[in-house]
Amino acid sequence: MSARDVLVDVQDLRKVYRTPGTFGKGTEFVAVHGASFQVNRGETFGLIGESGSGKTTIGRMLLRLLEPTSGYIEFDGYEVLTLTRPRLRALRRRMQIVFQDSGSAFNPRLSVGEQVAYPMRKFGLYPKGEVKARVIELLEKVGLQAEQAQRYPHEFSGGQRQRLGIARALAAQPDLVVLDEPTSALDVSVQGQILALLREIQAERGLTLVLISHNLAVIQHMCDRAAVLHQGEIVEQAPVDELFGSPRSEVTRELLDAVLEPVLP
Amino acid sequence: MTNEPLLKVTGLRTHFSSEHGTVKAVDGVDFQIERGGILGVVGESGSGKSVTGLSILRLLGSRNATIAGGQILFHGEDLLTKSDREMREIRGKQISMVFQNAMTALDPFFRVGDQLVEVIRLHQRVGKREAKLKALEAMELVRIPEASRRLSSYPHQLSGGQRQRVMIALALSCGPDLLIADEPTTALDATVQKQIIDLLAEVNRELGTAILMITHDFGVVARLCRTVAVMYQGKIVESGDVATVLEKPEDPYTQKLLGSVLRLRSEVRRVSA
Repeated sequence: MSARDVLVDVQDLRKVYRTPGTFGKGTEFVAVHGASFQVNRGETFGLIGESGSGKTTIGRMLLRLLEPTSGYIEFDGYEVLTLTRPRLRALRRRMQIVFQDSGSAFNPRLSVGEQVAYPMRKFGLYPKGEVKARVIELLEKVGLQAEQAQRYPHEFSGGQRQRLGIARALAAQPDLVVLDEPTSALDVSVQGQILALLREIQAERGLTLVLISHNLAVIQHMCDRAAVLHQGEIVEQAPVDELFGSPRSEVTRELLDAVLEPVLP
Repeated sequence: MTNEPLLKVTGLRTHFSSEHGTVKAVDGVDFQIERGGILGVVGESGSGKSVTGLSILRLLGSRNATIAGGQILFHGEDLLTKSDREMREIRGKQISMVFQNAMTALDPFFRVGDQLVEVIRLHQRVGKREAKLKALEAMELVRIPEASRRLSSYPHQLSGGQRQRVMIALALSCGPDLLIADEPTTALDATVQKQIIDLLAEVNRELGTAILMITHDFGVVARLCRTVAVMYQGKIVESGDVATVLEKPEDPYTQKLLGSVLRLRSEVRRVSA
């Protein structure tokens, strides 16, 4: 694999939380323990694990929404962790995130159209007169309607809010989108629609996705490769067919065994 | 008399009134559970499944909720005609309930042992010492390791799975005939969910406690339940034994719902099994 095919290169990433000891030493919690992985251009890379395994912490560190304690992150040849603020800001346009509950990631007092327009304006992606048309185009792309641009976040259902979160992430024209449990709060019928939308957009735009999920079926349907996390460590990473077909770690086997499917045993 | 179902709900209607009109959350629902049976009530958010569970125990607190009609026969007696006082006797003792979020259902200021003792002494005429023994039995029943030490733990000192075990211990402490479980494993990790579901199956087998499992997850139904009712917009659209509904669903909504569940590809299941 040539370096040009790798969009994100993560080496020995660590995050340690320290509680200050007023007297004495305080305690340490290692949330991520030396994680290394690479994400190729245009692929979907999965991060799997149970609660507390460190998957969300890694997702946030990739975008430097959270400062790593140590390690190395390269994004398209840039060293993310040593960038100065202005240069980081420019890079941020290219790396976006969608959260589990997009509703709470929107400002309740601004119309959603305004908020989808924000990244376009902020990064000066279009001439002023063109922004409105682009917002509407994007809303329609994610399955919403033009007139919904004037509405406020609370007027949307859970599935629609996730569509809005995706629209806002796409507004910045990113190369990489981190999806943190994007369908975990949704009903199953809506989950399928959102995943289909993500695949469609990815194919159209050649996006690179990092998908964080505890749901193995979602990972299998969406990802090319995935890493399994356990207590802050990557215990295994492989192409998903290999990972699920012949899991090498006990952790992966246990996760697979715990999947309850709608078939009789 | 012995063939009579433990719980027989007919024509249940629960309505919420708001300034925008009446919402028929439960709109004419019929189902029954045999003694020792396990029924799954499945549906998506807003289908009325939780309101159905709360209606049985008449736990709809808010003033704008009314049970507008129907019958809830428990041991042949209609719960809707019981006085508040009679209902208090039934709740916890004959029918008990566990919820999704055990953390908010437990009192953070009291040790779990004291909370168990309180429930036991509320419903049974026993002294403190005997209540403590029963509390310990309940903790052992739900397989909490080092049960006697855990009695003096506060809720926040327990993991999510252990808290849900404590909730189940509380619910079972007075030997109810029916346990209503409303999404008890939805907030838990998959590995812990499976343990809790299997615990409920064991409790059902060993004590004969009937279970009404309210869930959005057909996987939970497949592992635990014997019969299932699928709810949609306040109505039961299909019901029957689990094998039939899962393998040959007749109702279009059930088919759609089952069809939208993502499954691990079969070759993968074979390898992992």
